[in-house]
Amino acid sequence: MTQLPTSTDRKMGLVIDLDTCVGCHACVISCKGWNTENYGAPLSDQDAYGADPSGTFLNRVHSYEVLPTESPAQLIHFPKSCLHCEDAPCVTVCPTGASYKRVEDGIVLVNESDCIGCGLCAWSCPYGAREMDMAEGVMKKCTLCVDRIYNENLPEVDRVPSCVRTCPAGARHFGDLGDPESDVSKLVAERDGMDLMPEMGTKPVNKYLPPRPKDQIEDQIDILAPLLAPVAEEPKGFLGWLDKTLEKL
Amino acid sequence: MHPAPSVIIFTTLSGLGFGLLFFLGLGMPEVTGWVAFVFFLIAYVLAVGGLLASTFHLGHPERAWKAFTQWRSSWLSREGWCAVIALVLMGLFAIGSVFMGERWSLLGWLGALFSLATVFTTSMIYTQLKTIPRWNMKLTPAMFLSFSLAGGALMAGQTSVALPLLLIAALVQILYWRQGDKALASSGTDLGTATGLGQRGSVRAFEPPHTGTNYLLREFVHVVGRKHAEKLRIISFLLAFALPVLFIAIPLEGIALKHLLALLAVVSHLAGVAASRWLFFAQAEHVVGLYYGSDKE
Ligand code: SF4
Ligand code: SF4
Repeated sequence: MTQLPTSTDRKMGLVIDLDTCVGCHACVISCKGWNTENYGAPLSDQDAYGADPSGTFLNRVHSYEVLPTESPAQLIHFPKSCLHCEDAPCVTVCPTGASYKRVEDGIVLVNESDCIGCGLCAWSCPYGAREMDMAEGVMKKCTLCVDRIYNENLPEVDRVPSCVRTCPAGARHFGDLGDPESDVSKLVAERDGMDLMPEMGTKPVNKYLPPRPKDQIEDQIDILAPLLAPVAEEPKGFLGWLDKTLEKL
Repeated sequence: MHPAPSVIIFTTLSGLGFGLLFFLGLGMPEVTGWVAFVFFLIAYVLAVGGLLASTFHLGHPERAWKAFTQWRSSWLSREGWCAVIALVLMGLFAIGSVFMGERWSLLGWLGALFSLATVFTTSMIYTQLKTIPRWNMKLTPAMFLSFSLAGGALMAGQTSVALPLLLIAALVQILYWRQGDKALASSGTDLGTATGLGQRGSVRAFEPPHTGTNYLLREFVHVVGRKHAEKLRIISFLLAFALPVLFIAIPLEGIALKHLLALLAVVSHLAGVAASRWLFFAQAEHVVGLYYGSDKE
């Protein structure tokens, strides 16, 4: 059904910490690994070992340079996948009802047996979160690992999205962003979690934690400073007399 | 956006075809028998041919019928309905005119209405997309409708109507280009809002997520040189509007000569609209390009 639910019972999503992400792309690989052999069609590659390789990914990590006016440049790694928007344009544009948002947890999914591969949903997503699979001709997107998070065959520790489980830096968090008491909601409140392109009106569920401000050199307390400071600015005693006398000559 | 031939052919031909059906439905010209047959044949070849072309870019054309289910929310679905209703109504109307020499005018008016609605719904598929500021403007439906009406009148041989309609379409085209060139900049979306990092300083795409290309780049990031686009705009404008106006405005004696010029006007208009549609897609900037540093261009 491509009409959006007016509200969802829960708002499951990710919180991504731009301060902690080290840009290792481990989440990209584990996402591809899990999702190519589970929910729906595999994530195909084209010309994988040739001159012009490309393939379907549900999560990609960009890197940006930010140049503040007052402080040194910063490099920020930026993982991006579906943000499971509350007002998801990708759902309403779909002509077939293949794209839908679940009432129980707010996850946005594609029913691949209904998808005609028209691509309109990818056109409507501001974040580039949907990719057409070139082998299968259907739209692929992040499922929030819907086949892991409720999967009782997995140990409890693994019942989170694959990217969250894998991230070696602990930069990815998973939980119910509709519950203000959840850990992820508290994290967002504490760290001023933000929306991407809020002006698009998509109301993303996933939040990004901005990088913490970096220390400034001026404000640093250097414990070695007293030991390294020059001992005497002005020569005193004999040297001082010599200095003055020589200057007078 | 990637200027895929299937969508350019589709919007160009179907726009003209439904424009012609609109005038035939209104009884302009009032034709019956063989003449009507030829007119309707041309209109159906264009309208249906365009619709068929649009299915070529689908990953699963065999499931296309499912696109009729979501008319409550989806413009693409509504377009499907309008097109089928228009074609059925006008088909019945055509049977009356061609085989029975009858004009069922109510049917014709309804068919004309749905023909226009089809063009409008097509334009709304593009207009609704906030992600493409150049399309997300009121001038987009105005352009599709004015082009379709002008082309339809031209094909229907309604010279006195076609002349003002061509001038209106030409004006809309100029306004569309002028506003479109400013659309992305005035949308307020840039790499700063895309990453949420804009308040900290200037943001620059440092490293893409992968060394090769991907679906997003192929589909959404298409760069046309400005000079190239300027030239194409002039060519398209001359072909779509200037020449056809000239051809139909020349006062001429002799029916054969008039027909020849009318044909030239139609062919020129068709080529010009196709060029304009190529630009419509090729110049449209999708905001996802920002993530890949497309603001450098
Ligand atoms: S991020 Fe894109 S694909 Fe995901 S819900 Fe939002 S609009 Fe849809
Ligand atoms: S590509 Fe599939 S899921 Fe996306 S809009 Fe088309 S039919 Fe719907």
